[in-house]
Amino acid sequence: MSKFKMNRRTLLKGTAAVGVGLATPTIFTSKAWSAGYMNEPKGGTVTFGFNVPQTGAYADEGADELRAYELAVEHINGGGDGGMLNTFSSKALQGNGVNGKKVEFVTGDTQTKSDAARASAKRMIEKDGAIMITGGSSSGVAIAVQGLCQDAGVIFMAGLTHSNDTTGKDKRANGFRHFFNTEMSGAALGPVLKNNFGTDRTAYHLTADYTWGWSQEGSIKKYTEQLGWKTAAAVRTPLGAGDFSQYITPVLNSGADVLVLNHYGRDMVNSLTQAVQFGLRDKQVNGKDFAIVVPLYSRLMAQGAGENVKGIFGSTNWHWSLQDEGSKAFVKSFGQKYGFPPSQAAHTCYSQAILYADACQRAGTFMPSGVGAALEDFEFDGLGNGPTLYRGADHQCFKDVLVVKGKENPSSKFDVLEVVEVTPRAQVEYPASMLGGELGPYNNG
Amino acid sequence: MDAILLQILNGLDKGGAYALIALGLTIIFGTLGVVNFAHGALFMLGAFCAVSIKAVLGLQKVTLSETETTAWGTPLEITQPYVEVWFGDLGATILDYSVPVSILIAIPVMLLIGIIMERGLIRYFYKRPHAEQILVTFGLAIVLQEIIKSIFGANPIPQPAPDSMKGMIDFGVAIGFDAGNVVYPVWRLVYFLFSLFVIGLVFAFIQFTTFGMVVRAGMADRETVGLLGIDIDRRFTIVFGIAAIVAGLAGVMYTPILSPDYHMGMDFLVLSFVVVVVGGMGSLGGAVLAGFMLGILQSFASMNEVKDILPGIDQIIIYLIAVAVLLLRPRGLMGRKGVMEG
Repeated sequence: MSKFKMNRRTLLKGTAAVGVGLATPTIFTSKAWSAGYMNEPKGGTVTFGFNVPQTGAYADEGADELRAYELAVEHINGGGDGGMLNTFSSKALQGNGVNGKKVEFVTGDTQTKSDAARASAKRMIEKDGAIMITGGSSSGVAIAVQGLCQDAGVIFMAGLTHSNDTTGKDKRANGFRHFFNTEMSGAALGPVLKNNFGTDRTAYHLTADYTWGWSQEGSIKKYTEQLGWKTAAAVRTPLGAGDFSQYITPVLNSGADVLVLNHYGRDMVNSLTQAVQFGLRDKQVNGKDFAIVVPLYSRLMAQGAGENVKGIFGSTNWHWSLQDEGSKAFVKSFGQKYGFPPSQAAHTCYSQAILYADACQRAGTFMPSGVGAALEDFEFDGLGNGPTLYRGADHQCFKDVLVVKGKENPSSKFDVLEVVEVTPRAQVEYPASMLGGELGPYNNG
Repeated sequence: MDAILLQILNGLDKGGAYALIALGLTIIFGTLGVVNFAHGALFMLGAFCAVSIKAVLGLQKVTLSETETTAWGTPLEITQPYVEVWFGDLGATILDYSVPVSILIAIPVMLLIGIIMERGLIRYFYKRPHAEQILVTFGLAIVLQEIIKSIFGANPIPQPAPDSMKGMIDFGVAIGFDAGNVVYPVWRLVYFLFSLFVIGLVFAFIQFTTFGMVVRAGMADRETVGLLGIDIDRRFTIVFGIAAIVAGLAGVMYTPILSPDYHMGMDFLVLSFVVVVVGGMGSLGGAVLAGFMLGILQSFASMNEVKDILPGIDQIIIYLIAVAVLLLRPRGLMGRKGVMEG
């Protein structure tokens, strides 16, 4: 039997332990806890880092993202007409900045290259004191920058990234994605493809040979094969191939009656244009009209493909023609400032900036773990996609997905897509464990 | 068999573009001794001549609707091209044929660009090492593409072929295949024939004109031609202009096949240099032969049957052939003795 002996050292240890124990409940709810984290804002301002492609193939998309971010900052600081802050279900933001601090921003150029994107994010965190990094137009870049932000101890609010991996096997606690993913595209497109083309079809896939392409091909194959479709071939094409004719000609006599173009950006514009040139849109195979599907559409890219998009099905995260109050407010605000409607990239980036600012305001801190806790399992509405959940298990937003089709008679150069179905959120949900990966712990720097 | 024939056709139109760019590269290298890494940019500038001319022809008369508004509350703009307002159906036809019409404008524009490039920059590098020529012309290419991007943006800009040339031609029926088995886009065949026509013109010009004779003499021995009192520099300036025209026309006619963007020149540049090396530095015939040959081989390498045996071969075939040719025949297929040697 041991004997308890009290001495001066034991007394000191015990007092300290009791003190910490008593203080703990208040520490975790007070702003005092905000002391000591990466780039904690000390003055009257807080700096956001907008990491978008300002040069390279996605520069136009990046420019639209930047416009949206500037608009979001204006609205958060109380300028302009308030945009979607007026329709957002959370009313924490009051138009006077975040946590009493005015929002400023710095920008970086990802060049749509992982190394360049990491370097510009690092510069914004280390030299400019950015509290949060957001933006981008590529999954490869998003995954790279997300990893960097995790290591640095800042929050990463992903821009346009559609690969499952961003919130699947490569997810990180400090990373959050508002944009949808290839799994959701497949789940949304499946029923529409069945209704329009039936269940007895043979698909031929052309797939961009990188992480997003593989992810997209896997998802769309899964859902079309569930319908009963056969897959004639799935051919990988080099990124930026330019002329896809040598990959398209084998489709002509392959017996396939559907061509799925798992391409994005320039590749999508070129492969779709060339597929139409080779008569695939007007062809008949197996007694059926040949069909082309572009699983991920972008209005900016669709403009590049011109009249070739007519009648071609695809999915998109958001479209400016939506008539809910949030979308109308955003289109009005953006259109009046810039003279044209926003893209889906602009929409997701604006939403991410607002969601981050709102989470900081509700948490009363900018500390990543506090902000993350405020975002996890946050239910909201009024940001253009209907009722939305920021799922805590994988930091992925779940919301309605749009199935769109190239418009037959566009009224303007912006009016190239029409929404054919708004797929309800319940139809595109999946268990977080399905895509693998571990969030791990938050890093506060 | 039909698949093989289709890939040959693919290779021929792609090879046509390679051959035209490589032809210009070879002319410049053969006459001026300059390794011109800005040649792909000339191809891109030609394509953007077509874009610009379509934009000019398509200038819109804008009227504001009194009844309809945009989604953001401003009056809706109702547009109609001036050319249609002024000339009616004829205007619509001119707009439809904007790509072929662009050829007429692109010839003087590209000649001018070529002359400015040669007089303003390239001539100062005639006697400098090839490494310096490569650096300065590559830098020039980057500057040109950034200028184009700042004006036209980064996204591809569609340039449709004329309506009458948008369809498919059933090529197979003419050579005994069943109907519908070997169909090919009309415009791609037009491009192939156009490339043959331009190649023929260049060869005829160099082979059968006095100017061409001097150029050939200059290619063989520049110093002696100068000693004979011929102003070889002035002729070489024109040669550079002609090479720019050839690359520019290749770009103009390629726009319906590949929607032009600022980066398209770089995409073709490396392949075209491989074509020149395989064909033989300084050999015009070699450039044309290698252009078509590599175009066809690249197409064959993309066939699923080939990729099943050699995965990824489509992405490296051209470089494998270049390595093989350089090992077995270092001067290239039709290279002349003494060029880039010693």
